[in-house]
Amino acid sequence: MARKITVDPITRIEGHLRIDVEVEGGRVTNAWASAQMWRGIEVILKGRDPRDAWAFVQRICGVCTTVHALASVRAVENALQHEIPINAQYVRNIVLAAHALQDHIVHFYHLSALDWVDVVSALKADPKKTEALAQSLSPWPGNSATRFKQVQEKLKAFVASGQLGPFENGYWGHPAMKLPPEVNLLAVAHYLEALDYQFKANQIVSLFGGKSPHIQTFVVGGVALAINPENEATLNMERLLWAKKLWQELRAFVQQVYLIDVIAISALYADWLKYGAGVTNYLAVPDMPLDTKGERFDLPGGTIFRSDLSAVTPIRSFNDPYFRENVTECIVHSWYKGDWTKHPWEEDTVPEYTDFQPDGKYSWAKAPRFKGEPMQVGPLAQVLIGYALGHELTKKWVDFSLKRLEEIAGIKVTLSALESTPGRHLARAIRSAMLADLGPKHLDLLIQNIGQGDLSIFNEPKFPSGEIKGVGFHEAPRGALSHWVVIENGRIKNYQCVVPSTWNVSPRDKEGKMGPYEASLIDNPVADPERPLEVLRTVHSFDPCLACAVHVLNPEGEEVVKVKAL
Amino acid sequence: MSRLLAHGLMKLRRRDFLKAATIATAAMGLPASMVDKVAAALKAPERPPVIWLHFMECTGCTESLLRASHPDVATLILDLISLEYHETLMAAAGKQAEENLKHAVEKYRNRYICVVEGGIPTKDDGVYCKIGGRTALEILKDVAPGASAIIAIGTCASFGGVQAASPNPTGAVGVQDIVKDKPLINVPGCPPNPYNFLSTVVYLLTFKKFPELDRLRRPKFAYGRRIHDQCERRPHFDEGRFVEQFGDEGHRQGYCLYKMGCKGPATYANCPVQRFCDVGTWPVGSGHGCIGCTEPDFWDNMTPFYQHLPGEEVPAGGGIIRQAERIGKFALGAAAAGIAVHAAAGVIKKATTKEEKEE
Repeated sequence: MARKITVDPITRIEGHLRIDVEVEGGRVTNAWASAQMWRGIEVILKGRDPRDAWAFVQRICGVCTTVHALASVRAVENALQHEIPINAQYVRNIVLAAHALQDHIVHFYHLSALDWVDVVSALKADPKKTEALAQSLSPWPGNSATRFKQVQEKLKAFVASGQLGPFENGYWGHPAMKLPPEVNLLAVAHYLEALDYQFKANQIVSLFGGKSPHIQTFVVGGVALAINPENEATLNMERLLWAKKLWQELRAFVQQVYLIDVIAISALYADWLKYGAGVTNYLAVPDMPLDTKGERFDLPGGTIFRSDLSAVTPIRSFNDPYFRENVTECIVHSWYKGDWTKHPWEEDTVPEYTDFQPDGKYSWAKAPRFKGEPMQVGPLAQVLIGYALGHELTKKWVDFSLKRLEEIAGIKVTLSALESTPGRHLARAIRSAMLADLGPKHLDLLIQNIGQGDLSIFNEPKFPSGEIKGVGFHEAPRGALSHWVVIENGRIKNYQCVVPSTWNVSPRDKEGKMGPYEASLIDNPVADPERPLEVLRTVHSFDPCLACAVHVLNPEGEEVVKVKAL
Repeated sequence: MSRLLAHGLMKLRRRDFLKAATIATAAMGLPASMVDKVAAALKAPERPPVIWLHFMECTGCTESLLRASHPDVATLILDLISLEYHETLMAAAGKQAEENLKHAVEKYRNRYICVVEGGIPTKDDGVYCKIGGRTALEILKDVAPGASAIIAIGTCASFGGVQAASPNPTGAVGVQDIVKDKPLINVPGCPPNPYNFLSTVVYLLTFKKFPELDRLRRPKFAYGRRIHDQCERRPHFDEGRFVEQFGDEGHRQGYCLYKMGCKGPATYANCPVQRFCDVGTWPVGSGHGCIGCTEPDFWDNMTPFYQHLPGEEVPAGGGIIRQAERIGKFALGAAAAGIAVHAAAGVIKKATTKEEKEE
């Protein structure tokens, strides 16, 4: 007999999301993902100056801040077929890489590690053994018994205060928590240390973005970050060297701590490598352009269908028709007027709320499709596509990670291990290791170019009369992001954002095909429906960026257990 | 309070302590020998409870706290306050999270600080933002009455924010439009500088009173002066040296961004002084104009962002000082005359529209 469970809200994500699942025999048999907020930013943009759009859309998200600003200026530039100076590309690339690392670090340690790490169990750990374990895994100098003891004492005092704050009522002692106390202590210590390193990443963003969150230097036509090594008020050598130092520190943390922790935790939860694959169609867009037009990139993009890496199709440029022509969104199950499937440029967003109807409309999210198929987006997609295309940097870090995973887990693993709940975390850490190489590389490229006397940062955009259309894409921390703009006489006529979390949280489409969150939950174990930790694990592995809720239903659709917050 | 009553309360508290200590000890899976230690800690000063609500927002305000070093977010959460409910950070989810909120509202009634991040949709009964099946409006009306004070963090919770931009499809408003009978501080900005929020909290906890507020209930220590009056580019304005285009010679010399649309002359905030992320940067310093994000309705009143404030001829030559003063009087005069900034901003908007027509 199936049970119906509701988890609402899903916490430790950005935004408001609702997921309903039916559970039978300790397994999820059906699932619905429902976005619970609509703000109408696309409606607000109509009639405005396209040069202002980046500021509005950046406020879609303050966790993936920067990403919508970037996609927006690229969309308008694409509509104008407008090239930007190479310095502007490098500055944007440095910001996107540093931001992505901040985002990935926070997602793992502060938003999702608590699904796998039992904080209370860390109290029982032996700091000396923790040191031995940590040093066997990584050369990181911060892994000392003194430090671990200090963290444990702090944790003890905190627990003893009786005011657990954000740790109150966590899933401590849950049967699905399997890590030994020493690993839990190591993770708690790194939870705190990670706060310092995400801060360093933010400092890089701020040096090039003016502030963070919500940078203010990306403009249509380039960047508004003045470069002049002969002036005290601009980006000069002192600023560049500060960024260089921060990159060195950040890179070491990502490659020696974050990646290693994820490999170790994945290895210790090796039984989970079989859960959570879900939709095995993948989409990633190329990013970190190396030229002014967006035709050569440091991160590859493309598509894979049904896990078939041999049939990978690359996306080659900002203008590639393979991407421009194959994206649609469907609203059959979304709270908008009508039941159409349309190309983003043709869409018309009119809200029509009906409440949750499992067979009807049940989400504020639309259902994006590529060539009619649901696609999983995110670091996993990017890593698989890069690997399939023979991208060297991807191969280097994937091969390194899988080898370490095999050594620690003592089992054979293939690339398909990444197509799982822990695999999504591992792919994110692999992407981070890549970005930790690429960020400093683009900083060096910028410095070299400045050294050749090129200080240009901006090409003025001119808006023609009549109608023009553009798409700007960006491989954001959560995956392929695209903004679609129609401009008429220099004003925004239509603006649609097809967001990574929309691809992943997608409700069913007109053919009833599930989106990635929904599909990935099928067959997930649920040991205790009152505390559906496993559901959280799989949902969190996507790094959701919206507010959510999850329900467990019986076949009659009767709600048995309602798990919700607020 | 009579001695007897005080004694009774002490006894009650003592019983509560032990009970809480035992439960806490067991819940933590700690050995029974820890009960005494836990009980001792419970006698220690309680960290002030905070309930943090997220509505129509982007979590940028919460994220901003990750960009502060004194205090950093770990010190804030572990040492300074007891964060009872915060959807982005809490370990619990769903039912367990809901229990935490209910429990905190009851246990700390009239003692907790309620922080609100995000605007509140009011159109169509507020269906545009639901958490746990309840609308933001219902949740706020449930949690606000038990709060000792409310802090609206960010421009959304203060004034409605980006979703309230014309045509405001969801009828989004700020907290002060819903909750009328509670002490409330607005800490606007998109997002605000984290130090402005943290200083407000620590001020409140240390001095047990509100900081001085302006007409928009913003702390004067952070929003008392205009960007324009504290800006390092101001001498260039006064001397008539302007950036005419991003990347031009003036931009490379750090000239004034007024003609590039900078809204510093009409925006009250301490960005030029406080700066961001401990690396000494702020948007105008980097080379982009201020967009006025600490002011109500800035999404409508300060746009287009690349068009300069109306009614001012470009200062040049001998007229410079006079012109600068005129701009100063414009914004200061509005505040001094007691005109709500809504109205002042309306003036800006109208003048902008007028200028568009003239062009």
